[in-house]
Amino acid sequence: MSNSRESPSILRSVHPATPDKTLLRFITCGSVDDGKSSLIGRILFESGSVPDDQLATLAQDSKKFGTQGDNHDYALLVDGLLAEREQGITIDVAYRYFSTRNRAFIVADTPGHEQYTRNMATGASNAELAIILVDARKGILPQTRRHSFIVSMMGVKHVVVAINKMDLVEYSPFIFNTIEKSYREIAASLNIPYVTVIPVSALNGDNIATRSDNTPWYHGPTLIDHLETIEISTSTSSARFALPVQWVNRPDANFRGFSGQIASGHVKHGDRITVLPSKRDAVISRIVTFDGDLDQAEAGQSVTLVLDREIDISRGDVLALSDNLVGTAKSVEAQILWMSAEPLQIEKSYLAKIGAVTLPVNISRSETALDIESFAERSVPVIDLNTIFLSRVTFDRIIPVERYDDMRDLGSFILVDRITHEVAALGIVHALEMPAIINSSKSGTRSVRPTYEPLRRSYLKTASFAASSLILGLSITLLSLALAIGTPYAIGIFALVEILLFFGLERLWARTNRGLQVEASVLSAGEGI
Amino acid sequence: MSLTHLKKLEAESIHILRETVAECEKPVMMYSIGKDSAVMLHLARKAFFPGRLPFPLLHVDTTWKFKEMISFRDETARRIGAELIVHTNQDGVKQGITPFGAGSRIYTDVMKTEGLKQALNLYGFDAAFGGARRDEEKSRAKERIFSFRNADHRWDPKNQRPEPWKLYNTYKKQGESIRVFPLSNWTEMDVWTYIQIESIPVVPLYFAKPRPVVRRSGALIMVDDQRLPLEPNEVPEMKTVRFRTLGCYPLTGAIESEADTLDDILVEMRESRSSERQGRLIDHDGTASMEKKKQEGYF
Repeated sequence: MSNSRESPSILRSVHPATPDKTLLRFITCGSVDDGKSSLIGRILFESGSVPDDQLATLAQDSKKFGTQGDNHDYALLVDGLLAEREQGITIDVAYRYFSTRNRAFIVADTPGHEQYTRNMATGASNAELAIILVDARKGILPQTRRHSFIVSMMGVKHVVVAINKMDLVEYSPFIFNTIEKSYREIAASLNIPYVTVIPVSALNGDNIATRSDNTPWYHGPTLIDHLETIEISTSTSSARFALPVQWVNRPDANFRGFSGQIASGHVKHGDRITVLPSKRDAVISRIVTFDGDLDQAEAGQSVTLVLDREIDISRGDVLALSDNLVGTAKSVEAQILWMSAEPLQIEKSYLAKIGAVTLPVNISRSETALDIESFAERSVPVIDLNTIFLSRVTFDRIIPVERYDDMRDLGSFILVDRITHEVAALGIVHALEMPAIINSSKSGTRSVRPTYEPLRRSYLKTASFAASSLILGLSITLLSLALAIGTPYAIGIFALVEILLFFGLERLWARTNRGLQVEASVLSAGEGI
Repeated sequence: MSLTHLKKLEAESIHILRETVAECEKPVMMYSIGKDSAVMLHLARKAFFPGRLPFPLLHVDTTWKFKEMISFRDETARRIGAELIVHTNQDGVKQGITPFGAGSRIYTDVMKTEGLKQALNLYGFDAAFGGARRDEEKSRAKERIFSFRNADHRWDPKNQRPEPWKLYNTYKKQGESIRVFPLSNWTEMDVWTYIQIESIPVVPLYFAKPRPVVRRSGALIMVDDQRLPLEPNEVPEMKTVRFRTLGCYPLTGAIESEADTLDDILVEMRESRSSERQGRLIDHDGTASMEKKKQEGYF
């Protein structure tokens, strides 16, 4: 198929370059004061990604806007917009690029202040790793917990905790160890599996690109070493195959192909596929690309599939392997992050975009939201900007959909306000609520309750609280019984105590069963957080 | 097997191109003839293969482009069988606006920004692909891949639509439009490496050759035709130069270089210590000048 290519008339040399770099996308989280921009600026500088003329501009700008006296203020390399310079803050998601010998990096620089949860979630959505900055002088702050929560919610599995400003705490191993220990507890409660903690000074460059003499007690990698060598497990190519059809390619009567980027798994020429949600079958006769037909293709590739027979397929349908279908559902349980200044209005209809489908949805009311600092539920009067809540999302028809943990592209969605056309929210599918066909040979439904660390903990806490009350109650009962012996009023008191205890227990167990109603105050009483 | 970073960038760009065509009514591709446009065009051909491009190419001609750019443009459109629209702001031509005298700021406003808006309004395009990359310039680093413009084509950096995952919101009202940047995540090095791997033809001006130049405010300006007014003491001299970025010839500085092959260019880039837009005189009009231009509708 390479006959479609022209001979390079202008190119005088066509030696293949050495472009076999891997790509790592990461985000940086921290507040203005943590020195996040300085850290990114420093990384760009150390990796040789700052050209001379930009360094000259930096020298000029450092005098004008900088906060580092006569030294270069590396933060100015990344604080782009005028408004930010005036305010000295980062206001949006910005992207940076650098590369080392073996790897190319895309950095999403996300702002740290509270009101910008939505920007951080956006930055984290495509990230494979997150760098969370902690100021060594301040240790773990509420915002560290917030950042970690969002990172975990968006499915980022690798976290690097850069404990910055080590120079201001005399490179104390004690402070480092204390912060590391506290952080690992947070990570464990949020199911973040891979955590690396590195002592750095963005200002002085300690442990950024070169190992620092100031931290002889630290034996781990430098930040850049770690970013360059970390293996990010990509399970997507081993998972079940799905191609959301983006575009039906029909240039003439002789060709009809279905174009899209493979969301997950891989596919071969000759494979039997099923179109979802219509469930019609066909066999793949060609995998077409501009560079020639392929025998097989895998997750991440943008391809065009040609089938052996004419069936009706349009944008938004999903092609899946017939013996390993992806799920379909009419409603799902999802975690939603509200991103619009206009609060959620239940009666309003929103459009959801999921994969290549856009369709009207209804959002169920939620009276509780997740507190991203305490990781507990709290009741809220309205769902407004940056609120995170669990909801049932009902589509206007059955569509192909998967749990976010199983397949990102079919388990994530945005909600668009039909009137303002704003992006109102992003959503993450936790469970499919309708019986869904996985496989004709393996029957069963796939209604999975959301597995949510904070929620499960609240169940356990309430249960233990109730159990301890039960024991307490029993002992009081025994005491009353003992007292009762010999006096005529004993039976009356006995009965009264019993009734009170029984009522109390009933309330506690009701709370345990309903789970969601457990209030933060009960939790803190139970475990003293 | 995991895809290399260029394969990932390629697949991402193709996804963006297809998404736009699937969701927008009347897209167009801004074709500025340079290396980024060459890569973007190549990716578009991949995205819709074996079909032809489902949109025309639009070149906003300021009348001050290098002659070699114009001939390359016409040859490219012919070669791939693409529909090419060339638009020039005739009001600007009538007013006699040139890159000289009035200053590059007004010239850019009238011939580029206004010319572009005229063309988009004239044909009613609701989505326009541009080859801009986020690594080019600081204000571009914050721009979305699908960058929303109001009916006056203005960009509001403080009110951009969130773009989680690869879910792009293409909803807009009558008169509003979207600029789409499929190369957002590419770097200059990625572009050149890809041009080499894929054997993508580019304008010969990128390769070193003896060319007549004069030195002005530190930049080497090529005397591409008789219209360049020479100062009394200015004498064009032949220097072996090439261009890292291409625009209007009186505003585009050449670099002295011997790199006349792609290999040499890649080697030069690896050793290079200056950024590509350094040769662009319009970027230096004032602090954050690109950001201001973009707000007013420049790409």
